[in-house]
Amino acid sequence: MNDLAMAKPTHKAGFDVTAARRDFPILGQQINDKPLVYLDNGASAQKPIAVLDAMDRYYRQMHSNVHRGAHTLGDRATSAFEGARETVRAFVNAGSTEEIIWTRGTTEAINLVANGLAGRLKPGDEILVSQMEHHANIVPWQMIAERTGAKVVPVQITPEGELDLDSFNSLLGDKTKILALTHVSNVLGTINPVAALIEQVKARGVFTLIDGAQAVPHFQPDVQALGCDFYAFSSHKLFGPTGIGVLYGRKQLLEEMPPYQGGGEMIERVSFERTTWNVLPYKFEAGTPAVAEAVGLGAAIEYLNGFDRAAMEAAENRLLERANELVETVPGMEIIGTAKQKVPVMSFKIEGLHPSDIGTLLDQQGIAIRTGHHCAMPLMDFYGVPGTARASFAFYNTVEEVEQLFTALQKVQRLFA
Amino acid sequence: MTASAQDFENNPLGKDTTLEDVLDGFEFLDDWEERYAFIIDLGKQLPEFPDDERREENYVHGCQSQVWLIHHHDEATGKLYLLIDSDAIIVRGLAAIILVALNGKTPRDLLATDIDELFEKLDLFRHISPTRGNGLRAMVGKIRDIAAEAA
Repeated sequence: MNDLAMAKPTHKAGFDVTAARRDFPILGQQINDKPLVYLDNGASAQKPIAVLDAMDRYYRQMHSNVHRGAHTLGDRATSAFEGARETVRAFVNAGSTEEIIWTRGTTEAINLVANGLAGRLKPGDEILVSQMEHHANIVPWQMIAERTGAKVVPVQITPEGELDLDSFNSLLGDKTKILALTHVSNVLGTINPVAALIEQVKARGVFTLIDGAQAVPHFQPDVQALGCDFYAFSSHKLFGPTGIGVLYGRKQLLEEMPPYQGGGEMIERVSFERTTWNVLPYKFEAGTPAVAEAVGLGAAIEYLNGFDRAAMEAAENRLLERANELVETVPGMEIIGTAKQKVPVMSFKIEGLHPSDIGTLLDQQGIAIRTGHHCAMPLMDFYGVPGTARASFAFYNTVEEVEQLFTALQKVQRLFA
Repeated sequence: MTASAQDFENNPLGKDTTLEDVLDGFEFLDDWEERYAFIIDLGKQLPEFPDDERREENYVHGCQSQVWLIHHHDEATGKLYLLIDSDAIIVRGLAAIILVALNGKTPRDLLATDIDELFEKLDLFRHISPTRGNGLRAMVGKIRDIAAEAA
């Protein structure tokens, strides 16, 4: 048993944000002579010491290529790497580690599935997405639609930023072959009722993919309870390293799907006459994988497992609540995305100001937010805005930071007055 | 209406408001709030931009905000005049600083002007550095392309 995948639970019942913040060295710095207030977690989250240490220890003590087996370091690396896979399996409650494929991120995971399902599409077939998807859950489908003659059809949303179920029901039909839906909107924070929709389409034999990139930083998905065929997410938004992500896929489908990329690791036997594929999950993991990153992601999940997740979620929700209370203190501020079920993400606009103006002057005050189209141009079109400003919170943010954001926004508004 | 030669030459930036004005102005500003208030005020000097010039060929790509740029090369004096517009207030202010430094110069003088150095002096370099997606870099690039072609 390696000790890498076993980053110890350090926090117990309840949630102490001050203690949690000490785990994230980057949060302690000054930006423009002000204490950093990091509210761009939706773009990428910061990393706890547990992750940094796990990767450091991996490189210092165990690195070698995996699955080669001729020496001790190779065994250590493989065991750390596969240990991380098991950690991820438990995190999403998949039935088996064969169903956990390492990818470079959510984007690659969705491309893998799109390519894998392309052979099952014929002209006129429909791929149902939604108006609120990230480009990563639109463009790969458009690319295979182009190849196969299938069509990408967007489910409409309501002005509040919820899926329009009437639109969904009217678009779901005999031609629907794939439903590719985000679990949580990166712009609006909306939590979509994916379990009910999956259940509804499964009876029709529709393949389902859920983009979990923005969900996993806030709550733990259960792929068996959801009943989806595929679930994708990225490590870097889940407090793990960049460069690695996860595709959960239902075993039977993964076995039927053709490999995505060819190369080392993914083969069973290669000859010029006939090459055969390796077993799952390796069939989809061509080339030397991101071993240290997998170990880092495993450590991130173990780190999260050390918390009382319910208390943590409650603390996050308190952040959004406080933000909503303060909106009226900034005249002309409007929240985009007011769904009933939301993660703590706040997209907004302020009358007369361009999002980039807001972002620049918040940065002067040490506050990091994201501005722009958030890789969701169809959604920007829906709201008729060039972009939004977005504050996205993580569990390590404090109510005081939320209040600082609004004080800073008031200052921004005074400057432009 | 399209922009007339007069519209270009009436642009106060680089004429009535000079680089010295801007450098002097910045010298007395203590904190970031005063600095940005000054930048925002400079942006208010951008002349009105003709609506029908908001065309694809005048659009500066690579900006989070919308940026438009047109020019007029006066054959008689050899000077190059520029008009810029943006929907972001700070980008307008930074564009005004660029105009103060580059507007109404001959292409040769324009190309000899080091905008990076100026922005560094004003402690605004991060706004023009390639890491910021606000399009100022693209704006300066386009101006220099225009100057190189006119030179």
